[in-house]
Amino acid sequence: MTIEEKIAKIKEDLDFFEDELQKYEYIIDLGKKLDSLEDEYKTPENIVHGCTSQVWLISEEKEGNLYFKGTSDAIIVKGLIYIILEIFSGEKIETLKSVNMDIVYELGLSEVITPNRQSGVIGMIKKIKELAQKA
Amino acid sequence: MFKRDFPYFANSKTVYLDNAATTQKPKNVIDSQIEYYEKYCANTHRSSYGDANMATRKYENSRELLKEFINAKKSEEIIFTKGVTEAINMIADTFTRDYKSVIISSLEHHSNIVPWHMQGRDLTNGLKVVGCDNNLNFDFEEYENILKKNPNSFVSVTHISNAFGKIHDIKRVCDLAHKYESVVLVDGAQSLAHAKIDVQKLDVDFLALSSHKTFGPTGVGALYVKEKHLENMKPYQTGGATINEVDFNSSTLLNSPYKFEAGTQNIAGVIGFGEALKYINRIGYENIKTVEKDVYNYLNSELEKIPNIIFYNDTKDCIGSRSFNIKNISHDDIGILLDKMGIAVRVGHHCAQPIMKKLGIKGTIRVSTSFYNDYEDVNRLIKALKKALDMLS
Repeated sequence: MTIEEKIAKIKEDLDFFEDELQKYEYIIDLGKKLDSLEDEYKTPENIVHGCTSQVWLISEEKEGNLYFKGTSDAIIVKGLIYIILEIFSGEKIETLKSVNMDIVYELGLSEVITPNRQSGVIGMIKKIKELAQKA
Repeated sequence: MFKRDFPYFANSKTVYLDNAATTQKPKNVIDSQIEYYEKYCANTHRSSYGDANMATRKYENSRELLKEFINAKKSEEIIFTKGVTEAINMIADTFTRDYKSVIISSLEHHSNIVPWHMQGRDLTNGLKVVGCDNNLNFDFEEYENILKKNPNSFVSVTHISNAFGKIHDIKRVCDLAHKYESVVLVDGAQSLAHAKIDVQKLDVDFLALSSHKTFGPTGVGALYVKEKHLENMKPYQTGGATINEVDFNSSTLLNSPYKFEAGTQNIAGVIGFGEALKYINRIGYENIKTVEKDVYNYLNSELEKIPNIIFYNDTKDCIGSRSFNIKNISHDDIGILLDKMGIAVRVGHHCAQPIMKKLGIKGTIRVSTSFYNDYEDVNRLIKALKKALDMLS
């Protein structure tokens, strides 16, 4: 599935909920499903800037693709990380280097999350691009 | 019952419990600003036609009102600023450089910490911090020890903590400071919305005040300067409206307060601030205190029933803010969900990172009440909080 297709799929899932609280309940459930990140990776260099809550993000390369892991101290943010990782984890390094930052708007998350948290999501995507540049 | 004085409550369904960040504005405050712009919009203290005179009169009337309100001796002691932050920066810049030590409390917000750092002071160089006990009460013993070792200090202490609602005993802070030849600036950002301040009775040297946290417009505040300090204070910015005589060779300045109010001030804002004071006078601090204490106590008793709630202080000598966390749940998550249920509270460090660090936390959920909040607001908050906790656990 392409990044665009994955985004469309997630948007469809989110749009299913008319009630905002239900949408959050769904995001919280995603947060609970997020794989844990070992404490040793919660270092300053792995912090994502621009997030109200603390977010850590790391990557691992396998055969030209990057796989990400991340976590936060807030469960809703963990849900957002889950969504972001669903979209980007496992993609080719070259694809990740040229990711469009407007993706957060395409996801329609702007209706759900506050401007502060939008900049957090943008921060995550920036970090993903940075990690791809370094890989 | 006071909500009907505030148009916000007729127009918004939000349960507004973020009063420590800013308060809502009564109709007379809003109307006064519209009236200025619609009926006599002109600059103050310069031109001499009718509208300009009216603007000047109303502006100066706010100064008189504030003077009476805090029982200053003279209107020269009242300087309008754009807020508490500017007032503290002004004093830091114009008055305190020669003081070897600046003493603050552990409950200060960033406005009363960062200016001192910018002045080059840190914990090993001129900045002293008075600690607090487990209930966040000011440690007077430590304070006196610091003063003893550092007479002639500049003390800069908040009156009411924005993050935790603790009230510092300002009279005692001032008396002890003066005993050791020190002067005191009181950060009154949270004060006027809750309590009467009498600068002569308290014997404060400087008092920084906020309009927008006192039911007035944003972008306005005031600095009270005890008369005897005025001559040692230089303006930190000058220009239009501050001068007596200017030629290309030199300038002479007007007396206080004008030399401290450079440029065109927030005229409508200052007029609105005066109206906010009139409004408080109409309601009366006794009424404000009674209803506020009642709702605050009710809020506290309802919060105490929430399982796994963590408080950081008792409610003795507290007003306005109640701060807490829920064990193993991020305050950010709760903030988001409360917002989605129409409850406005603030979550985070409340611009007071040092005390949060000292408590070993990143922030809290802060419910801050005003006299217009009622039991129904508390009930809706508690209902939403329970729902949020259900979703998060």
